[in-house]
Amino acid sequence: MSALIIVEHDNQTVRENIRAVVTCARQVADSVTALVIGDNCRAVADATAAIAGIDKVKLVQHAALAHGISENCAPIIAAESAGMTHVLMAAGAQAREWLPRAAALADMQMITDVIAVNAPDTFVRPLYAGNALATVQSSDSVKFMSIRPTAFAPIEGAGSASVEEISGGADSGQTTFIEARTSSSDHPELTTAKIVVSGGRGVGSAENFQLLETLANKLSAAVGASRAAVDAGYVPNDYQVGQTGKIVAPDLYIAIGISGAIQHIAGMKDSKCIVAINKDPDAPIFEIADYGLVADLFEALPQLQAALE
Amino acid sequence: MSEREIMEYDVVIVGCGPAGLAAAIRLRQTAAESGQEISVCLLEKGAEPGAHSLAGAVLEPRALDELLPQWREDETCPIKTAVTTDRFCFLTEKKSYRLPTPPSMHNEGNYIVSLGRTVRWLAEQAEGIGVDIFPGFAAAEVLYNEQGAVVGVATGDMGIAKDGTQTGNYQQGVELRAKYTIFSEGCRGSLSAEVMKKFNLRTDDAPQTYGIGIKELWETEHANPGEVLHTIGWPLRNDTYGGSFLYHLEAGKIALGFVVGLDYKNPYLSPYMEFQRFKHHPAIAPLLAGGRRICYGARALNEGGWQGIPQLAFPGGVLTGCAAGFLNVAKIKGVHTAMKSGMSAAEHIAAALKAGNEAATLNDYEKDLRTSWVGDELRKVRNIRPMFRHGLWAGLSHAAIDTYLLRGKAPWTFGHHNDHSQLKKASECQAIEYPKPDGELSFSRLENLAYSGVNHEANQPAHLKLRDNSVAVNVNLQDYAGPEARYCPAGVYEFVKEENSDQHALVINAQNCVHCKTCDIKDPTQNIHWTTPEGGGGPNYDSM
Amino acid sequence: MKILVTVKRVIDPYIKVRVRADQSAVETDGVKMAMNPFCENALEEALRWREAGIANEVVVLSVGNDSCVETLRTALAIGADRAIHVKAANTPQPLATAKIITAVAKREDPGVIWMGKQGIDGDYNQTGQMTAALLGWGQGLFLSSAKFADGVVTGESEVDSGIRVIQVKTPCVLTADLRLNEARYATLPNIMKAKKKPFETLTPEELSVDASDRLTTLIVNTPPPRAGGVRVADVAELVSKLREEAKVIA
Ligand SMILES: Cc1cc2nc3c(=O)[nH]c(=O)nc-3n(C[C@H](O)[C@H](O)[C@H](O)COP(=O)(O)OP(=O)(O)OC[C@H]3O[C@@H](n4cnc5c(N)ncnc54)[C@H](O)[C@@H]3O)c2cc1C
Ligand code: SF4
Repeated sequence: MSALIIVEHDNQTVRENIRAVVTCARQVADSVTALVIGDNCRAVADATAAIAGIDKVKLVQHAALAHGISENCAPIIAAESAGMTHVLMAAGAQAREWLPRAAALADMQMITDVIAVNAPDTFVRPLYAGNALATVQSSDSVKFMSIRPTAFAPIEGAGSASVEEISGGADSGQTTFIEARTSSSDHPELTTAKIVVSGGRGVGSAENFQLLETLANKLSAAVGASRAAVDAGYVPNDYQVGQTGKIVAPDLYIAIGISGAIQHIAGMKDSKCIVAINKDPDAPIFEIADYGLVADLFEALPQLQAALE
Repeated sequence: MSEREIMEYDVVIVGCGPAGLAAAIRLRQTAAESGQEISVCLLEKGAEPGAHSLAGAVLEPRALDELLPQWREDETCPIKTAVTTDRFCFLTEKKSYRLPTPPSMHNEGNYIVSLGRTVRWLAEQAEGIGVDIFPGFAAAEVLYNEQGAVVGVATGDMGIAKDGTQTGNYQQGVELRAKYTIFSEGCRGSLSAEVMKKFNLRTDDAPQTYGIGIKELWETEHANPGEVLHTIGWPLRNDTYGGSFLYHLEAGKIALGFVVGLDYKNPYLSPYMEFQRFKHHPAIAPLLAGGRRICYGARALNEGGWQGIPQLAFPGGVLTGCAAGFLNVAKIKGVHTAMKSGMSAAEHIAAALKAGNEAATLNDYEKDLRTSWVGDELRKVRNIRPMFRHGLWAGLSHAAIDTYLLRGKAPWTFGHHNDHSQLKKASECQAIEYPKPDGELSFSRLENLAYSGVNHEANQPAHLKLRDNSVAVNVNLQDYAGPEARYCPAGVYEFVKEENSDQHALVINAQNCVHCKTCDIKDPTQNIHWTTPEGGGGPNYDSM
Repeated sequence: MKILVTVKRVIDPYIKVRVRADQSAVETDGVKMAMNPFCENALEEALRWREAGIANEVVVLSVGNDSCVETLRTALAIGADRAIHVKAANTPQPLATAKIITAVAKREDPGVIWMGKQGIDGDYNQTGQMTAALLGWGQGLFLSSAKFADGVVTGESEVDSGIRVIQVKTPCVLTADLRLNEARYATLPNIMKAKKKPFETLTPEELSVDASDRLTTLIVNTPPPRAGGVRVADVAELVSKLREEAKVIA
């Protein structure tokens, strides 16, 4: 069993989540090759080679590969998948560009968002926004899979794999990268933010929401809200998190003055860590929060703000 | 405002329930038989036929046999579970006593069905013979001609923002003009109410009275297809009319629900919590143990019976089904009578169209229906429900005398009172402490609500309107302890304390509304007005 | 230019899905279905392009069982010109679906295929990319804005770090995110008109596509409910837990 893992990077540094991918790869294969596709990214290959659990690093550099344009990158993955049993990549924006395209070129049915490995050909993955989990068995000779990095403990330690540069890369001429912009608003986008600070009716008024905005700025977080807060007119509609609003799954979700109606929970229950601050000790939100603080938000928020300075 | 688009039909039907569908099918059948061309369209506010349908339900197939006699041979027809046994029990907190099943509740030859699925199947039959069904469109307005006769309805505008402005998605409503309009909106129809008022259809009658039915569908290993159980007694007190139904369906499903008469007096009563508590009874809990609730919903039902039926015909239109009030309370069945009334309306409309009469008042429809088996049936049980006003035992003993001795032929007819005037002031009543839901058998209201599939476009004006905003707090909260916060099965009404003051305000979570119509009925000062939201909003029941 | 829009029939997004008692799949029997929300955005964008004169025909395609007919009728009522239903017993997996869409695209020769970014049922997020691969076309994914000029689409999409702007030459496959636009409603008169619009039914065999599954679903479970954690006494304890235990803030 041999796995090819695709490295996510910005031509300079390796994304940390590669360590989770290595863990997963080790569960399905005994040899792990990492593939670095980019431009001027020797450093990335070297850094990858120093991660435990990786046997070999392959590096492809070309100007047309600089911005991860799938039309140029996916064919390389498809070609390198020959002879492999698995191709893995951390689920995310880059994986969604590359992997399905590469899998189709190799005539393989990809498996998205793997959260557990039961056997080298059998995996668990969520359906319906995490409301069901399917265990699927693949009959393909190469299993293309994106894995949820949060579901696998990152491998620890260092390694010393060899780096082999292979030639390749061409511009298909179909797609051009124009620019990467940080989001135009002050906050990151709700659905992609790493941290979300969210308020409910307990916040009390539109003015009080400012407290949350300030905290969010501090944390580079997005601001969300429960429907009650939206209905009360504290914030616009597009802040709403929940069954009928946005579904979010950040690393940290801070629910402030939110009671925790099931309809709200449906939109944030997959967050990695949930904090609830509410003065009602019986609020249902505490039943699902990792850390619950019974407190008045007008006291707690300034303190929190100060503690983060 | 620009002119609305107009679509013309011979007959427009409002509401895709059993009454509306039976009318539509009968119209097309009659047209085919007599060689007439009758164009028929049917509007439904739910996102699809059946999405808003909720009943027990035990179906008496009498009307269906008349409408589509071949239904038993149709593989796709979802009416399959014949009733096998039939029990009627009186509950105390710990015990259950079997009572003789009253004749009206006998169910030989009847079927346990999902009304939603039955409606969907009927809708397919109707579409198959050329009825245009438009789900997702609410009839929001009645159209009248210069003479004041009804000439159709208009659908509501779509894409109006909360603040009343037009969004980028604004779509003006459409006028559906018709020679005859059939109102089959079911219990407490909003347009039906308007025409009843406009044409004084209710002058000579006792007011309509109602109950609220709250229902859950469970998947359990203890289902025994064909079994029927009704209970009275616990957890309701003797002075509150109501009881439960529990029907065992195929595929390991049990439909159970609880009906509470909306003439209840104590504003602290919560029909929802009574139902939750009921499920913990030792005779009930084992049936649900280890199972899971898969659907939740609620709907008001008529309890006015024979006395509550208004005049049915007016220029250009008729009332049918539960919009008129043809529910047999003693049986808690109204599907068969709704269908029959729809069929009868259809026959009279077809005849009028053939004779070239447009927008006439079809008094013969009413006469015929009242002398048909529907009238017969309702007349017989007319006195049973009103006696329960005097308490459970008075009701039961009177029901027994009326049914067994007088066989419904008593020379008297009892009247009703308006449900909304029955509430006592909170100061005269005791608060009720309900046990906390345990999350296994009983659930919080919002948790259950997630199983109704309810949704409304968020950016629209609330469809629950207060005639006077100040009444919510000054009367409802102060005098009656805010009963809407308890009777609404969807938690739409919430009294919240305003920031930095002791003042309360009423928050209306209109998006949660499952269109049961209870608030429109029970609000003590009739200050709450239920109107149609943007089409397609409301619950999305799966097999209720 | 002709635009091909794919529309998928899925469980209505407002329905609480449940796993079948036998754990073979998510229950769809009797459950309210609807057009996949992202496909609504794709269709809306195509219609706007037609209204702007960029396109002259919008063809909708759905792959799946007979019930897809209803979704296609809805798409016609919303404004598509013509519908194609590729009838398959159940919804094929993304690769097979992409092969079917590819085969249809080869017959129809559209300038753009607009698709939803993913189906909210299987959450695969593959079909658009796979279709682009099989056709050898460019891809613009998860677009929250798309402008067409001189045969080139300039698209923006939201990524982890902000917004990524690309230009894709047509013919290409574009996938829509919710932010792209707000989908319109079907109107009653258009529902009537939709009944008369051309509707074609095909099968994977007629398109010479092998639509067989590569993945077998062994079991479908309901995920365990999220368990509660601990109460902290004050803000100081909270911050230290977030830093040291959860490691979610620096
Ligand atoms: C809890 C409960 C249990 C019951 N059990 C039984 C039973 O076991 N057996 C039995 O026979 N009956 C039972 N019934 C009664 C039965 O449900 C009704 O008698 C029957 O459904 C009435 O049919 P209908 O067509 O008149 O109205 P409905 O079934 O209520 O249909 C009306 C339709 O019109 C639509 N509508 C309303 N207003 C508008 C508008 N303005 N625009 C567009 N559409 C609109 C509604 O959405 C709905 O789909 C029960 C009822 C309840 C509440
Ligand atoms: S708001 Fe009124 S109609 Fe809606 S669910 Fe509550 S009581 Fe029923």
